[in-house]
Amino acid sequence: MDQIVPGGASATPGGLLYSGNDWNFQIIRNCYDAIQEIADKELGLEIYANRIEIITSEQMLDVYTSHGMPLGYKHWSFGKRFIGHESAYRRGLMGLAYEVVINSDPCISYLMEENSATMQALVIAHAAFGHNHFFRNNRLFREWTDPSQILDYLEFARGFIARCEERHGQRAVERILDAAHALQNQGVHRHSGARKLDLKAEQQRARERREYEDSMFNDLWRTLPSDLPGEKDGPQDSATRRRLGLPEENLLYFLEKNAPRLAPWEREIIRIVRMVAQYFYPQPQVKMMNEGCATWVHAYIMRRLHELGRIDDAAYLEVIHSTSNVINQPGFEAGGGPSFNPYALGYAMMTDIARICVDPSDEDRRWFPDIAGNGDPVGTLRHAWAEYRDESFIQQFLSPKVIRDFRMFRLRDDTTQPYLLVDAIHDEAGYRDIRRSVALTYDPGTFYTEIEIVDVDLLGDRTLVLEHRSRKGQTLQPGDARQTLDYLVTLWGYGVVLKEIDSQTGEVITTHAVNPPG
Amino acid sequence: MVHAGEAVRLKREWCRPVDIIDRRPNPHGKNIENRRRVLERARGAVQKAVRDSVARGKIREIGQGNAVSVPSDALHEPTFHRVFTEGTREIVLTGNREFSRGDRLQRPPAAGGPGNGGGPGQGGEKGGAEDSFRFVLSRDEFLDLFFDDLELPDLIKREISTTENSVPSRSGLSNEGAPSHLDLGRTMRRSIARRIGLGRPKPDDLREIDERIAELEARRPLDAEEIEELERQRERRSMIRQRMARIPWVDPVDLRFRRYTMTPQPSTRAVMFCIMDVSGSMTERMKDLAKQFFLLLHVFLERRYKKVDIVFIRHAESAEEVDEETFFHDPRTGGTIVSSALELMRGIQRERYPSGGWNIYVAQASDGDNASSDTQRTASLLQDDILPVVQYYAYIEVSGSGAVIRGETDLWRSYRTIAEQNGHLAIRQVGDRKEIFPVFRDLFSRQHDHAEA
Repeated sequence: MDQIVPGGASATPGGLLYSGNDWNFQIIRNCYDAIQEIADKELGLEIYANRIEIITSEQMLDVYTSHGMPLGYKHWSFGKRFIGHESAYRRGLMGLAYEVVINSDPCISYLMEENSATMQALVIAHAAFGHNHFFRNNRLFREWTDPSQILDYLEFARGFIARCEERHGQRAVERILDAAHALQNQGVHRHSGARKLDLKAEQQRARERREYEDSMFNDLWRTLPSDLPGEKDGPQDSATRRRLGLPEENLLYFLEKNAPRLAPWEREIIRIVRMVAQYFYPQPQVKMMNEGCATWVHAYIMRRLHELGRIDDAAYLEVIHSTSNVINQPGFEAGGGPSFNPYALGYAMMTDIARICVDPSDEDRRWFPDIAGNGDPVGTLRHAWAEYRDESFIQQFLSPKVIRDFRMFRLRDDTTQPYLLVDAIHDEAGYRDIRRSVALTYDPGTFYTEIEIVDVDLLGDRTLVLEHRSRKGQTLQPGDARQTLDYLVTLWGYGVVLKEIDSQTGEVITTHAVNPPG
Repeated sequence: MVHAGEAVRLKREWCRPVDIIDRRPNPHGKNIENRRRVLERARGAVQKAVRDSVARGKIREIGQGNAVSVPSDALHEPTFHRVFTEGTREIVLTGNREFSRGDRLQRPPAAGGPGNGGGPGQGGEKGGAEDSFRFVLSRDEFLDLFFDDLELPDLIKREISTTENSVPSRSGLSNEGAPSHLDLGRTMRRSIARRIGLGRPKPDDLREIDERIAELEARRPLDAEEIEELERQRERRSMIRQRMARIPWVDPVDLRFRRYTMTPQPSTRAVMFCIMDVSGSMTERMKDLAKQFFLLLHVFLERRYKKVDIVFIRHAESAEEVDEETFFHDPRTGGTIVSSALELMRGIQRERYPSGGWNIYVAQASDGDNASSDTQRTASLLQDDILPVVQYYAYIEVSGSGAVIRGETDLWRSYRTIAEQNGHLAIRQVGDRKEIFPVFRDLFSRQHDHAEA
């Protein structure tokens, strides 16, 4: 990154912002201003308004538990997460992150009081500018999330669930929440294009509307036989299926709309879980880029602060030390992988993109004719941050140099063979193979399990039929699948059948069936 | 990549200021409720873990910073997720030093079957990998779970009868009292009401008139009208001053004091006497059983009383008071005279723990051996001197091996006779470590007839 020199505008040098480790609010404010000048003039970052909150390490543990959201409803699973973090922290297995930042407008960054002044500055650059810019500009977040309303919505959700607990009892609410949580990965719309949530309207949805929907005619409530006795199957069947919106990949959506036995408040709870899951849906798909962006931004800004004489050598050494800890990628012998440290890969790729823009080698010119030597590293990065997600970013930008630097190699694991085969290493023949495989691991199709509701037996016992398309040897973990289906039965109220189908041959690999108790 | 129009918009937005908020004073522990729900959910498992962990450790350390592990299935959150079991997959790793294409590597010993490590990208996130879940319980949580359904027998009845201390407690208001008990808020409310009711002039009115008078006085000569006004104002001023003097800011009738009455408080001090036979016939194993029992009793008492003293008395032919270390680990040999220990206990109790101010518990462990000449004396000492002053007397008789069914010892026989007449003497036999807890529970399990009595 050292190659990058600010192009046109450059921030103004000045005196030291602080010296030593101690910080106070004035120092934080001064650091913020200095950082903002660099972020603005040199990097052209575009951010949501910032809110910086100073918290203690105990509060940080709370923040961890709730995905960084300042408020959440009550559920034991959050307590479990909290206890897990707490005990890891107390035993010294886990350092707390210096910061947590959330995708909201204003963008809230949490700073721990234990941080040194340098760390506070670093965290401001990292979270309040790096992550903030990413949240605001990346396509996925722009299309899927509405940061100005999420805090209000969570407030509403907490209040609603608390009221339900008062009225119907904690156990009844927990029964629904447990089941909905188990299904929340199957509770998002993935393929329906830009469907940004209007969380404000969500809150204001009148309860009457819900009740009206319930009172409306619903095929599932029909107790009489079909009105056209001659046409038991065929067109009438498929018409019903269409009316129910089948096939449906969003299980929670289907249950919320169609499960026959749920009370209105139970549907609303399912909806809340679904909304929250949908809000967080983009995050894993851009995690590597998001962290890479933030790390690259903080590394750049802190280097510039040092060059401009705003922080001293000791502070800059602390920055280097901390950054290199964060971007450490242990090799496979040291227990690294198969998943990458997102900070390491993201930072390495972004640094490399900047290098290619400024100082390309012949190899880079062959691989990246579009950007090699274009002299605009910051603009190129900003474009990448805005338009890509992890998978496509890797597919596009993982360069031979980064593959060499990490000394990546690919293993082919064929369970019919007694050995693992090294089938690609960091050489000319292997770059593309490795790049494709790395990109594949970031493909949402790989890390989400897609299950569809394909049919419901309306004329018989209302059994719900689901399909999981996969292939042999890649089926669902049976114990968990069974327990999750139990939860599905809880919500649906009738029997459920899940077929695992080989997507190539169409043959059924396994079938799980669960009937309602009693 | 910033276009001109965009740049202008950017500039405008940069002007939005940053908020820096200090959240440290905000309430901590947002997750306390969630944490409680976890304990609730895993109650059975946690309780078992807690009881297991008590089987280890020193008496005084029990319940302090306790970590317990529970099997994670109690708190498992299932999801649909794929696992790789067969077929082919590709894994990219870093840090290659020596491999080149075509090398074959030994398949690493997989934990629990091939491919259980999860495919790339889903790195063993959840999949039976978490086999236990660790809690750090606070002392209170720990003890609550541990002594879930146990209660000290006759606790309430006896406590009230041994009441000694009185503590002040709030009981309404009064018109008189010490200045330190003044209820300022109420007093001032009454004062305001009275001042308004009696029409006490406000200090501001006086100041206004003062100013006006000063102004007129400074502006001599005055015309007739002004002189008249000055006169009028002076008159008003003196009236206001009089009124203000007559109607005080705070009048004795305003005063309200917090009233306290002394309420009797059950004594919350307890002393626990551990009496153990350390004669040659007591093996280390038997002592260990006794220790388990003492330990449980101590923790149990500590939960009920603010302050629990422990007195360790060991005896063979003669008794002595010792510290915990010596009590459990220093071997002694010799014959056994139980009454010596009871005498010593009674002496210490009389001297340091008068029964009026202390709840007294005695736990005695022995193998039942006693010099036959002493048994009679022991029994009468127990019945006449000790039982009347103690809350509870637990005697456990440990035997060398759980398998042997023993006949009754002399000591047991005489204790049993006394126990039949005295509800607060409990005697039990323990032969094995795993019986300790059941026996303990048996002694202290909640007895409804007692509670109603």
